[in-house]
Amino acid sequence: MSSSPTTPILAHQFEDATQQRDAATIGMWLFIATEILFFGGMFLGYTVYRYTYPQAFAEGSQHTLIWFGGTNAAVLLISSTTMALAVHAASENRRALLVSLLLGTASLGALFLVIKGFEYAHEVKENLLPGSSFHIVAAEPLKAEMFFYIYWLMTGFHALHVAIGVVLILIFAARAFFTNAFVNHDTPVDLLGLYWHFVDIVWVFLFPLLYLVDRHS
Amino acid sequence: MNANASAVRTYILTEIALLGLLALTICVAYLNLGLLNPIIAGAISVTSATLIILNFMHVRHSKPLLWIFVAAGFFWLGIMFALALSDFLTRHWR
Repeated sequence: MSSSPTTPILAHQFEDATQQRDAATIGMWLFIATEILFFGGMFLGYTVYRYTYPQAFAEGSQHTLIWFGGTNAAVLLISSTTMALAVHAASENRRALLVSLLLGTASLGALFLVIKGFEYAHEVKENLLPGSSFHIVAAEPLKAEMFFYIYWLMTGFHALHVAIGVVLILIFAARAFFTNAFVNHDTPVDLLGLYWHFVDIVWVFLFPLLYLVDRHS
Repeated sequence: MNANASAVRTYILTEIALLGLLALTICVAYLNLGLLNPIIAGAISVTSATLIILNFMHVRHSKPLLWIFVAAGFFWLGIMFALALSDFLTRHWR
């Protein structure tokens, strides 16, 4: 049953390896389209509420920790580069490099979650978690609370995606290290990369929308 | 070997551009530009996302069929926003 490391396994429904790879890539983008709409619903909710309560959103946004969010934006952008390099290493069958770049990407993803965790802890302490103990000094506290509902919902779902990504990357790193799974078969690594870059893109939009509203005032 | 080096070069240049755009969006947020603030922030986000999609997700070198699938997700998103906001932005019911 051991597959030859020089020929990728071709499923019977495909003409050739290129077609198989294209089908997998299209399938992944179809999944990403559902993810765009999943986050899109929350972005739409954000847009409507920010349009309706511009003042409360500005006040709420000024309570977020900009340097935590900004550092995390940089961490994710750098992790996207290491992931792109990992995909490149996989395509060239450089296994040791692939494993180390995957581990580097997973570490940066974990660092993102640690920073986010400290930020969440600070916000819970400051009573910025919506609920009975929520308290904020703002002109209209109830509307500012709406900002924080959206903040926790969107960053929470994003953090969940980062966490899933870190776990997947670690599994891929282990498989690359212990098996021949990705030798001459880098499509799975490629698709993992697409997922990770998508998660990065979500933060590219979330960061300015949540942390940078009316910072100048 | 040459193509290899150029791919790595593209990733590094993209990364530098992305970090530069991140610094830019933070700086601009501290200037009071009125209505331009959210517009510039949005434009920077869209530029960053486009760089990631074209270079990191290597859509730039993909076949037209894949472009359709990539565009479809954002097209549906556009439909959702256009239909929903055509209501919220025009009825002034707040």
